[in-house]
Parts: sequence; structure tokens; C-alpha cells
Amino acid sequence: MSNMLAGLLEWVDARFPLSKMWKEHLSEYYAPKNFNFWYFFGSLALLVLVLQIVTGILLTMNYKPDATLAFASVEYIMRDVNWGWLIRYMHSTGASAFFVIVYLHMYRGLMYGSFKKPRELIWIFGMLIYLALMAEAFFGYLLPWGQMSYWGAQVIVNLFSAIPFGIGEPLSQWIRGDYVVSDATLNRFFAFHVIALPFVLAGLVVAHIIALHEVGSNNPDGVEIKKNKGPDGKPLDGIPFHPYYTVKDIVGVVVFLMFFFGIIFFGPEMGGYFLEHANFIPADPLKTPLHIAPVWYFTPFYAMLRAVPPLFDSQFPGVVVMGAAVVILFFLPWIDRSPVKSIRYRGASYKLSLAVFIVSFLILGWLGTQPVTVIKTDMARIFTALYFAFFVALWFLPKFEKTKPVPERVTTK
Amino acid sequence: MSNDGVDTSRRRFLITATSAVGAVGAAGVVIPFGLSMNPSARAKAAGAPVEVDISKLETGAMLTVAWRGKPVWVLKRTEQNMKDLPSLDSTVADPHSDVTSQQPEYAHNEHRSRDSRANILVMVGICTHLGCSPTYRPDVAPADLGDEWKGGFFCPCHGSKYDLAGRVFKNVPAPLNMVVPPYKYLSETLVLVGDDKGAA
Amino acid sequence: MKNILLALIIGIAPLLAHASEDGMKNMKADIDLDNKSSLQRGARLFTNYCLSCHSAAYMRYNRMGADLGLTNKQVAKNLMFAADKVGETMTVAMTKHDAAKWFGTKIPDLSVVARARGSDWLFTYLMTFYVDPSRPWGVNNARFPSVGMPDILWELEGMKKPVYKIHKNHEGREEKTLVSYEQVTPGKLSPVEFRDSVTDLVNYLTYMGEPAKMERQRWGVVALIFLAIFFFVAYALKKEYWRDVH
Repeated sequence: MSNMLAGLLEWVDARFPLSKMWKEHLSEYYAPKNFNFWYFFGSLALLVLVLQIVTGILLTMNYKPDATLAFASVEYIMRDVNWGWLIRYMHSTGASAFFVIVYLHMYRGLMYGSFKKPRELIWIFGMLIYLALMAEAFFGYLLPWGQMSYWGAQVIVNLFSAIPFGIGEPLSQWIRGDYVVSDATLNRFFAFHVIALPFVLAGLVVAHIIALHEVGSNNPDGVEIKKNKGPDGKPLDGIPFHPYYTVKDIVGVVVFLMFFFGIIFFGPEMGGYFLEHANFIPADPLKTPLHIAPVWYFTPFYAMLRAVPPLFDSQFPGVVVMGAAVVILFFLPWIDRSPVKSIRYRGASYKLSLAVFIVSFLILGWLGTQPVTVIKTDMARIFTALYFAFFVALWFLPKFEKTKPVPERVTTK
Repeated sequence: MSNDGVDTSRRRFLITATSAVGAVGAAGVVIPFGLSMNPSARAKAAGAPVEVDISKLETGAMLTVAWRGKPVWVLKRTEQNMKDLPSLDSTVADPHSDVTSQQPEYAHNEHRSRDSRANILVMVGICTHLGCSPTYRPDVAPADLGDEWKGGFFCPCHGSKYDLAGRVFKNVPAPLNMVVPPYKYLSETLVLVGDDKGAA
Repeated sequence: MKNILLALIIGIAPLLAHASEDGMKNMKADIDLDNKSSLQRGARLFTNYCLSCHSAAYMRYNRMGADLGLTNKQVAKNLMFAADKVGETMTVAMTKHDAAKWFGTKIPDLSVVARARGSDWLFTYLMTFYVDPSRPWGVNNARFPSVGMPDILWELEGMKKPVYKIHKNHEGREEKTLVSYEQVTPGKLSPVEFRDSVTDLVNYLTYMGEPAKMERQRWGVVALIFLAIFFFVAYALKKEYWRDVH
């Protein structure tokens, strides 16, 4: 039996680099041995991607991308399809879980300088994944065809009509395929959501991992483990990803699944943040809900959009600011001029800047869920400024930053 | 990192245990996912038993109802039809309906119907060859079906022939007799197709 | 100013904003989805009073029967007035056109109303109809002012009129606030019985918003116990392997 398997493997290896890939990416991929809690989120993101694809395929078997049928087909899935409620909740909770994981994953990168040389491309691929994920989530959110779906899409698409020089209005009509969000829009968003963007995402994830495995993983100390190799040519501080990090990641997966299924089974609406109450009312093009807010993962950017006053009767500046908030992250590897990667050895100025940045992002996220008031708009302006101040600080402060000496080898507690 | 003093048997046990629990977990997700592809409550509701009123059904006439999306025939056979059935035993493939999957126990007889109303045939009108719906041909000895034809069903797709009890003739593509669905009489004139629970 | 800005973004005029939620506090609905008899009474009220105009087009009669502990025969006999088969959903015969003519609005489907509005809102709404001769149906509602729906439960509750308290607001202008109600004509039920009936009805509506909820929570317990076991094993495996790493 084992002989036969070995023979089969040999046969495959002569035709496809199966063993080679296994070694390169798992059994002989040397990862630093000092990964901490923050290093679970990469594998978790991959898990959620797979879950989203599988549940998504099952949902498309019963969902109808038609303005007259869409809302009913979602309720059909929730009631009439065997286990449809589980599949739907897994998908809706998975969307939010994906963003939670990706935000924590990105925060890890900021803490330990994972975006810095030589990992700039990993960061850029990661940012592209984040962008594709936002598009994927946005298209997907229209599909239940509830009031929030509808008006959320209406608002976001209308952002494009803010573009001046006569481009905006034709552009937003082109996106919608109609004068308002309609059946045509739903149909094309469905196509983007179930086929176009999943392909893009999968491709980017592969690129992200290939780039990572080419350079090697960073770690909480920001030390390059490849600098210290043993006589066998293996990094002294590295351990094979398989079995050490596979068995560790299984534990991470199980803990994640406890939270994930805890929400699915006991609070899939998450108090209206994962599934908004107004989305249980079918889309009505003639009646806007009194208070519209995007889903929580977009609210920081939404708050920035609302914070910027219109210029020459145009909402365009707000759109620009919102876009810049995302785009600027792409340039992070070059904006941050400190030679030290990890926050452990960086000065107080970086720790403070990062803390202010994260707090601003969280507060902007909260503000984005709130109805507009004068005070809240002022708050949003302040925190938008602080958000961007982070990048200014990263450019200027490293000159004066008092860093600690970075050790030669990784440290373990 | 060193491999000294590794307790391989403990490792093997823990790998097996984790794999087993993991497999249970995977099954716990895959099974509901698989079940979701079964007929939904809507499909089941649409496939619910159908009541057929046969009070106006004339002798020799057939009516068709849809049950689970399939044509179900209710045919009131003539006395001559009933007499003809035994004479065809040698030319049909399964004269005594011994293939049990093709009819409920109470239709396991010459006329393939409930004994209480033997002349009423209730049958799923789907050819057992490749699923076409045969045509009702009560005419005796028509030109295209030959002198021996005493009325029956002819499948236009591949030429399969059945008698008026849905028994398939020998030497045609179809392998089996047509299916008699579960059914019962709610009254003298009311047939319930798709449910035979509690019927005598 | 900010509202205008928001409206500009949305691309519509802000004229829809005046129908605002007034910040009125909801009463607390005593929801208990385990209470089958309450759900059955609620289903009876729902099919008798609501289902003449409102549909619940995603809810099947037989599903309701199975979840509420009723046989298909009981459902067909006691709760089904507008359908022939227990497998059908709760639709109504009234057309959208008729509805618009009689009530001036589309009549919403109630399948998921409890998830859109919330149980407390529904309870408050059903408890706060009062006499108001200025309205087409002679009644108004405190939770949903100027609502197009007549007080369908008036037979049970009787009629009540509002008691206002007049006070000066911070600008010194006189304002009146609805503080309580006064029974004008008695109904078939006492106020306490009526309150219980509305609770039953809202309980049923809550169930109908998500029929799989109870099942979901039962499976949740199974899933979490399983994951706890999985964690135990997986953690032992991790510990065992990581003894290699110094």
C-alpha cells in the first residue's frame, strides 16, 4: 500500500512539482520560531476565504439576482432550503469576520514593520487584496436587495458622480446601467461578486503568499532570520512551517471558529452591525431609510467622506480624501523612513503615532455609524486629520526617533 | 531544535485524535452543505400529494395530473381492456410485475392497480427508458403499431411500447414497467396521488 | 447644513427626513419563543386579524404547524383561511392596487417585520392605538403617528382616548405630551388580557421573523461543545510538537 502511494507520488513528481511545492511552502519553509498571537490571522484569512467561496457557491444555487425576486430568494434560503439559514449566516458573518481578520493582520504589519524592505511587494499585494475585498463586500451587500443594500449602493455609486469635468454623471450611469440602482445594477453586481472579484482575490492571495515565501516571514522582533544560518544552511531561528505552525494554526483556527460559530448560532445580526435591521425591508427606490450607514467595515472611510465640506458645490473633495486614506497605505513602505522594523525597538514617537492612528481609525469607524451632528462632524474632522498625520509623522519623526538596538537573533520569552 | 527524546507514539496518537476530531468537524459542515441541495420546503410543498376527482372520468378516457412535476395518468379501462391483459402475458417482459420497485405492493397484480377499483390505472407517465412521456394509444390495431396492438402506450422518443397496465413489451428499448405511484381512494370518486398511508 | 450635504451625497432632497423617529421609548415585549401555547395563541390572532390584509409570503403553514407543535389537520382547520394546502405560504387575496386605494399605501408583508422593526416596537405599536376623529379610520397611533392601518384589534381592546399633559418647553412654548390613555368603550378583553394577547401576537411575529432561531441555538450548543473538545486535542498536539522548539 505505502509502496503504491510512493510509486504514485514518484509518477506525479515526474510530471508536476508536488513534493517540491510541499517542501518549499510547508515542510521546508522556515518560519521564525517567535511568532506570537498576531501571526494567526494570515492563515485565518485564508480559511475564511475558502469558507466564503464554498458557502457562496451554495447560496448561488438558490439566490435569484433579479430585483423582483432577490429579497424573497434570500428569505427562501433562510426558511425553505435545508440548512439554508446556516449557509447564509456563515456567509454574512464570514464577510464581517474577513474584515476583522484583515484589519488585525494589517495592524500586525504596522506593529512589526512587515511592510518594510524587503517586503514592500507583499504589502502591496496585501493592499490590493484589501481593495478587492472592499469591492467584493460592496457588490455582495447589494444582493439581499433590502433597503440598506439598495441605498448603500446608491450612495456609493453616487460618489462617482462627484467627479468633476462632466465625467461623474455618465460614469455613475455606466456603473449602474440605469439612472438609479436597479435590476440591471443588481444583475451586474452579482456577476462581479460571484465570478469576477473572487478570481481577482484568489490570484492576489497566491501572489501575496508567493512573495512572502520568496522573502521569508518577518517576526515580532523584525530580525531577518536568514542572516543567521547554521552549517546546514537553515536559519538558526527558523522552524519548518509544517508541522510546527500547522499544528499551532489548527489551535488558532479552532479558537477562531468558537467566536465565528458563537456569532452565527447565537447572534448572527450582531446587534445590527453584521446584518442591519433596515435590510429586512425590501428595497424601495422611492423611500430612503431615515438613517443610512454602511456596514461597519466601511464606516471609517464614510466618516471621512462626510467630514470634508463640499467645495464649489461638489462633494468631490470628500471623495478624494476618502480615496487618499486608502491609497496612502500603498506607499507606507516608502513613507516610513525608520530603519528599525519592530515596534519593540522603535522609539516612543512611533508607538504614540501608531496608537493615535489606531484610535482615530476606531473612532472614525464609530462616527460613521452615527447620524450627523455638528459636534460629531467636528470630531470626524479632527480624527481624519489625525489619521493622515500618522503618515506625516512616519516621514519626519524617524530622524529624531530614539530607537533601541535591534538584537542579532530573535527573542523568546 | 532537537529531535532527542521525541515521544513518537504520543505524537502519533495525538495526530490521529486531532485528525479524527477534525474529520468529525468537517463532516459537521459538509453534511448540512450537502443536505442543502435536497428538495427544499417549496419543492416538497409543490410535490405534495395531489387529489384527483374521477367522478367525471368516462370509461376508456384518461386524465393527466402533475405530481412532483411529473405527469400522472389516471385511466379508466374498459372491460375489454381488462380481459385483454392476460392474453398479453407472453409478449410483455415482466407480466406479473415482479420488479418491486415499479409499483407498491397493492398493485403487484395482473392489472397493476388496487383491487378495490381494478379498472382504474394510476401511473406515472414516464417511459422507463430515458424519461420521455409516452402517448396514450387506445385504438386497436392501428396501421403504425400492428395488428396485435390492443391499446396501450407508445413512447415517441425511442419506440418503447407498453400495454394498458403499463407493462413493457419485449424487444423494446425500455427495460421496466412504468411506475405506479403510491395512491389511495379518499372516497369513491376522489384519488389521492402521492400518499397511501392508512389505506386498506 | 450637514443634512443637506448628506442628501446631496444620496442624491435626493431631504424632504423625507421629517417623518423622523421621535425618540419615543418602546415598551418591553415579553418574548418567549419556548412558550408554545403563547405562540399558538399568537398564530391564531395573526391568522384571524392580520392575515386578512397583510401577507406573510415567506411563511409556510405546515412549517408553522411543525414548529408550534400543531398537526397539519389542526393547522388546516383552525388557522388556514386563505389557502388550500398546508404547504402553501401565507398569502392574501388583496391586490396591491386595492390596498393603495383603501389604505393609501402598500401593505407590508409581515414575514420579517419583527426583524426590521424589533419586537418591542411592534408591541408598543399594537398597544398605542387611540381615538382620533381627525384620522380616516378614526384612530391614530402613538408609535406610528398618522399610520394608514385601522385599529384592527379594537374589538378586543375597546377604544381608548389619549390623556395629554400640557407643559412649557425650553423655548417657553406650550407643548402637549401623551402621558396615558383613558378607556372610552370596553372591549371583549380586560386591559390585562389584552396586553397578554398582544404579547402572544408579537411573540408569534418574532418567531415568524426567523423560524429557524430555536433550532439555530440548539445546534450552537452542540457546535461549541464540539469545538471545546477539538481545542483540547489540538492544543495537546501543538504542545507536544513545540517541545522541540527551544
